[in-house]
This record gives sequence, structure tokens and C-alpha cells, in this order.
Amino acid sequence: MDTGELTDLEQDALAEIANMGVSRAASNLRQMVGEQVFLSVPSVKIVTREAASRLVERENVTKLVAVQQSFEGPFAGRALLIFPEAQSLELVRSIVGDQHSLEDVIDLEQEALAETGNIILNGCLATIANVLHRTMRMSLPSIVRGDGASLFEVQGTASGGQFVLFLFIDFNIKKRDIHGFIALLMDLPSIAALKTIVNDFISAIERQPSGHVG
Amino acid sequence: MQYKVLIVDDSKLARMVMASALRRIRPDWALVETANADEALAAVSGGTVDIALIDFNMPGVDGLELVASIRKTHPSMPVAVVSANVQNEIIGRARELNAGFVSKPLTDEALAAFLSGAALRLKKVTP
Repeated sequence: MDTGELTDLEQDALAEIANMGVSRAASNLRQMVGEQVFLSVPSVKIVTREAASRLVERENVTKLVAVQQSFEGPFAGRALLIFPEAQSLELVRSIVGDQHSLEDVIDLEQEALAETGNIILNGCLATIANVLHRTMRMSLPSIVRGDGASLFEVQGTASGGQFVLFLFIDFNIKKRDIHGFIALLMDLPSIAALKTIVNDFISAIERQPSGHVG
Repeated sequence: MQYKVLIVDDSKLARMVMASALRRIRPDWALVETANADEALAAVSGGTVDIALIDFNMPGVDGLELVASIRKTHPSMPVAVVSANVQNEIIGRARELNAGFVSKPLTDEALAAFLSGAALRLKKVTP
């Protein structure tokens, strides 16, 4: 089956490009919460949707909340900021400030999550688009609640057995005990397009043009 | 004066980008690539490395920890942490370690500026 399998260098390139995107995004998040955001090293896998959904249920936490944005361009997919639902209010509180009452924080939750997701995911995707010299259109953020399977639409139009390109990095804000994932999910047709673009990028480095790459 | 630059990054692509930029900016300088902190420390202890460009987010020992190790034996070697992680804490820690910070995506301009500064500092040390 042509799952658009990635060579070592393509996998490395995707991880590095995703790492740049997420590191920028984490820097944006740091500005919002005022605390350092720690990142893991990125992981790039071609897995089924079902397997991807299990990877984000860390320590069997199945009540998750995600801010998601779709992106379209030479390749298409979804970017998600995912964390345990129990930490949602804490994240909002860390952004709006500790002086707000619980009622205020609950009122602000949807809006604050959407805005946070928007800034973080846009920061991530814009960096990736710039590195690859491509334009990507991004949808407005939406908020999804549920387990990994519902976040990744394992049931529904997409089949759980369908292979996807799954890039993820976990982040945590130690002082707030908040941890979560930034994940990118792409379908197979996009993987083929992405491979072409990544290979263009790699050969541009190897050609050593007089301009600059990366 | 020709110098030898050590590039440390777990990503081969990132090493290619740095090496390519370096060859454009300073075509006569030598470079050596390593993929992790252990290899980097071995290269530095060999004594031939003049300047180091070090990724931050690496598995195992991260770039700032690696700079701290290098500082124990090479307190004045020009070193830059190279990362897209532009958080205040990362840049601040690099400064504390007397290291530069060059952001990713890498541009020739940013790397050239660091290398010029590094060359000047090395000239002062060994006139």
C-alpha cells in the first residue's frame, strides 16, 4: 500500500519543521501565561487515526478538550491544542490572571480557549508555511470535548483504520501543572504533497543557492 | 583567519541548513557536525573546535545543558544556542552562560552577525 512512507531524511525534516513551528507557538503561549513552557522533542508517525487517538490519552485521561483549526493549501489537515479537560480552567486562569473569580473564568472559558488556540496554532502553522515558502489558509478555531477518538473523528466520515501523518509534541507549564499536546494530523493525499514540498526544501539546501533557505 | 565550527543538532535537516549557511557565509572555515551532546563534548575536548552552534531541543541533554558543560573547560569559546524557542527563559539562560542566541528558521543575516562577533572575540584572545 502506498501510505506515502517517509524516508529517514523526510521524517527528520518534518520533525524539525514541526519543532520550529511548535517552539514558536510555545513562545507565544509563554507570553500569554507569563510562565515558561517546556516542550518535548517532536514525534512524527504514520499511524491509524485510532492509534493517534490513543497517543493523546496519556495516563488514560480520556476527558480531553481541544482547540482545533483546519488548514488548507498545498497540503491540508488539522492542528490541535489538546489538554485534559480538568486543566482547562487552570489554563484560562493562567492567561486571564489570578484575580478573576471562578465564575468569571468559567464565563471566559470558551472565548479564552479559542483565542489561545488561535494564537498558538496560527503561530505554529505560519512558521511551517514560511519555512516551506507556501501559503496556508486557516479556519477559525473551534473547541472539541471528548476522548481521543472523538477528537480525531475515529468514528464518523473518517475510518479509524485510516492512516494519517501524526506530528505531536507535548508541552507543560510546570508552575501551573498544566500539560498537553500540540498535534498536527494530515490525511494521506496530503502526505504525498507534503513529501514533494519537503523534498524541494531539502534539495534547495543541498544546492546551496546564494539566497537563504530555512 | 580560518576557524573550525561545531554544529550540534539532532536533526540532520537542521545540520544541513546550518552547514549550508555557514559555507555561504564563511566558505573557507572548517565545520564538524554532531548529533548529540556526547559527540559534541568529545569533539570539543579534541581541542580543535573554535566556535559552536548548538540546537536547544534535543533528546537527552538539551542545548543549554551542553553549553554549561562546555563552559567548564572552555569559558570563552564563542557559542550560540540555535532555536525557534524564543522564550525569555531560554534566551536569558543562554546569556547567563555567555552564549549567543540565533533564532530558527535560520537566516544568513543572523548567523553572519554571530560569526562576525565570534571571529572578533577569537582574534582578541589569540592576537
